[in-house]
Amino acid sequence: MTKLNDYDKAVETYEPVLGLETHIELDTNTKMFCGCSTTFGAEPNTQTCPVCLALPGALPVANKAAIEATIKIGLALNCHIAEWTRFARKNYFYPDMPKNFQTSQYEEPLCENGYVDVVVEGKEYRIEIERVHLEEDTGKTLHVGGATGRIHGATESLVDYNRAGIPLVEIVTRPVPGTGALAPEVARAYTAELRDIVRSLGVSDVRMEQGSLRCDVNLSLNLPGAEWGTRTETKNVNSLRSVERAVRYEVRRQSALLDAGERIFQETRHFQETTGETRAGRSKEEATDYRYFPEPDLAVMEPSREWVEQLRSELPEPPRKRRERLQAEWSLGDKEMQSVVNADAIELIDATVAAGTTPSGAVKWWLGELSRRANESGEELAALAITPAQVAQLQGMVDDGRLNDKLARQVIDGVIAGEGDPADVAAKRGLEVVSDTGALETAVEEAIAANPAVADKIRGGTHAAAGVLIGAVMKATKGQADAGTVRQIILDKLS
Amino acid sequence: MTGHRAVDQTAAHMAEAIREGRATSYEITEAHLDRIDAIDGTVKAFLHVDREGALATAREVDEAIARGEKLGPLAGVPIAVKDVVVTKGMPTTAASKILEGWIPPYDATIVERIKAAKMPILGKTNMDEFAMGSSTEYSAFGATLNPWDTGRIPGGSGGGSAAAVAAKMAPLAIGTDTGGSIRQPGAVTGTFGAKPTYGSNSRYGLIAFSSSLDTPGPVARNALDAALLHEVISGYDPRDSTAIDAPVPPVVAAAKAGATGDLSGLKLGVVKEFAEGADAAEAGVIAAYEAGVEQLVKLGAEIREVSCPSFSYALPTYYLIAPSEASSNLARYDGVRYGLRAGDDGKHSLEEVMSLTREAGFGPEVKRRIILGTYALSAGYVDAFYGKAQLVRTLIKQDFEKAFEQVDAIISPTTPFIAFKFGERTGDPYQMYLADLYTIPTNLYGGPGVSVPVGLSEGMPVGLQVMGPVMGDDITYRVAAALESTQDTLLADTAPEIEGN
Repeated sequence: MTKLNDYDKAVETYEPVLGLETHIELDTNTKMFCGCSTTFGAEPNTQTCPVCLALPGALPVANKAAIEATIKIGLALNCHIAEWTRFARKNYFYPDMPKNFQTSQYEEPLCENGYVDVVVEGKEYRIEIERVHLEEDTGKTLHVGGATGRIHGATESLVDYNRAGIPLVEIVTRPVPGTGALAPEVARAYTAELRDIVRSLGVSDVRMEQGSLRCDVNLSLNLPGAEWGTRTETKNVNSLRSVERAVRYEVRRQSALLDAGERIFQETRHFQETTGETRAGRSKEEATDYRYFPEPDLAVMEPSREWVEQLRSELPEPPRKRRERLQAEWSLGDKEMQSVVNADAIELIDATVAAGTTPSGAVKWWLGELSRRANESGEELAALAITPAQVAQLQGMVDDGRLNDKLARQVIDGVIAGEGDPADVAAKRGLEVVSDTGALETAVEEAIAANPAVADKIRGGTHAAAGVLIGAVMKATKGQADAGTVRQIILDKLS
Repeated sequence: MTGHRAVDQTAAHMAEAIREGRATSYEITEAHLDRIDAIDGTVKAFLHVDREGALATAREVDEAIARGEKLGPLAGVPIAVKDVVVTKGMPTTAASKILEGWIPPYDATIVERIKAAKMPILGKTNMDEFAMGSSTEYSAFGATLNPWDTGRIPGGSGGGSAAAVAAKMAPLAIGTDTGGSIRQPGAVTGTFGAKPTYGSNSRYGLIAFSSSLDTPGPVARNALDAALLHEVISGYDPRDSTAIDAPVPPVVAAAKAGATGDLSGLKLGVVKEFAEGADAAEAGVIAAYEAGVEQLVKLGAEIREVSCPSFSYALPTYYLIAPSEASSNLARYDGVRYGLRAGDDGKHSLEEVMSLTREAGFGPEVKRRIILGTYALSAGYVDAFYGKAQLVRTLIKQDFEKAFEQVDAIISPTTPFIAFKFGERTGDPYQMYLADLYTIPTNLYGGPGVSVPVGLSEGMPVGLQVMGPVMGDDITYRVAAALESTQDTLLADTAPEIEGN
């Protein structure tokens, strides 16, 4: 059983140093070094050719669209774009890597020395970017026959090379000290910011759940004033929440080891989504010597300054500026905007507003009812089965008086259950507000007849007693009446 | 011995005869196939013969000509292809057990061009495994014999292509040259071999040995035939990122100009450091070479000494860079996707299967170079070995560039010794590596080099090498063709007749 310290105690004693390595799959039409399609989810091994299968004699040719996308990312991260850069081979044997080397970059990355600023709890942190480089993805290996789906105990290993050769951008930060107890939140904020920046560039769909954005979290602990400790690298961190959890877990685990006088090994660990733990990988990986050397099959790249400046001039509004603009447009206070950011709801709210609803209506649903549901099910907000357009339609129905909040929540149930758009759900489930005053008057008369004492009180001027009758009418109409209308009818009849 | 059989003609004559209807591609191709049947059991130049495919192409050519279609300059002339170049639907092994039985699903660019030029492909020729060697003794399928003396090696790695052309089983062949694998076999079999400028001939579909050095090129019996083939296969290929996007040097015109025998005004360099290290070369080789130099002077060339001090380090530089790249290039042969798979019996892990496959599939020289290269790239050694070798490579390039400020081309013997006897150098890798002493600098530089027969020593052929500046392939052909013009008979036509199988 792994010993874990209490988090708050751990960060009282130790100072964490973060480091983040992020891999982003670019959504170019073709692979990094050949003309194969990059579409996600195709039949295994249908998107392959001599180059990405590493058949004897095949040669790579670099994808210019991928180079351009990487330069854009570098520019958006305030990096210097190299005047002279080249690919390198990272040599290691693994069956999902057809050439048994990965074409990557080593000493001459395409982009270097950038930064990203993030704000956590009102404080700004500058995350320095060491490098942004371009490489290729590997295939996927499936181990079958074993109990766990892992290589251990498997009787067969099946490899799908469709993903092999998809362009991958690796973004590496410099070590980030000084985040203290907020290390998990800073790590999350950086990842979210990076994701938003890349998404704004339109070069990747950056979907963590599909693996198009993958995070490795490095963490070490040291006593105040002491040298930095030995770091671990946690892979397989596939959501913003997991980034936070992985950092938190490593702080708790490493501090317990250090308290016990044990040493931290520099190792690769794997995040376990279900338990929130990190587990040590195979120790063999530590000893790997990648024998990097310049890729002799690919020409050196010399991005012209004209091209770089052209791309710089075409960069979209940075997400942070956009947030500031939207905050003003939506008339939100700092705290409220922070909640929007924390809930990862900017895109959702913006899209909802764009679909024709008021900012306050959009904010209300995404931060209220929908956030509550996402928290309950442990999902990302964006993963809920309801679209901004549907939320806009829902709020539109509320604005028109066709739904009240209670009915709207039931409509959401239906939308999430896949029953269609809000209007369809309301119609199918019969959830619209009863606006037929004839029907309401009948219901009120029935309520008055059933509660003569209450009716007398109201007649005597105790208007507060109307609540009992309203409740009876609502019950009779299964909540589909508008409470204000019902009240008005009652008072009209009894005064 | 020279004769009047179809196979005795030059490729240029064959092409002309086919074009003019004096011969058919079918009869010429069949004559070569018959000769292969008759003598290749002895010479063992071919790993695979495609009689049907070659004759089908020949028939197409004849039909096209009968229809009056205008075809390319070598249409109908058969050709042999070194087995390191992939051919769609035809076995391609690089003379390695690890690729035995593999049928490529695609053609190399140069094979596409050969097919587009309507040249019947006779088959695939033997070589040292993965082009690593100077004798074909490292072929996993047995050595090729030198047609001049079957007790001797035909050179390597492209000994199969050279022997096929020397023994007139093919008028033309494709070779590949990483450190001398076209030129050295050419020299020791009395044939003509050209290593073009690196990047001028596509490497797409050439099974990689050392990516920054490998260059495919023509093998023939004279400069003009080689030049004709050179122009068929050469030229920019967008599928090879290291390809040079520039016009092909006019090598055919240069070979024709050289054949007039006039070299007046041309300055030829001889490398001082080669001359100082002449004890590495056999006296008979030096004598034949020097006689050739005299001929060149008679044709009007001026000889100048050039100093290339870094050439002394060329061999060790090559034996760091080439194995380093090879160790990585050959990593893909792991039994997972194609080729040999060993130990897949349900008892071995995936890693063990990969390891057993490589253990069983690679021969001793390939393993030696993978180990050398892996070591040279290892953490802690990479700067001292691979890194330093790259620095020396730059110095060697600078030596060439400086030399070509003073001279138009550089000449040397192609290889220090005549074809050696089987087994003579396999015991000591360094003795084998010396075969490429004079050819390796050109590979490290990237410029062109040709080997042209210059004479005999102990009854065995000797080659003279002409090296040119990058994209100056034409000058090398011109000098070589001029030297040929001083010879009454092509050396290849004086080879002893091979006994049948």
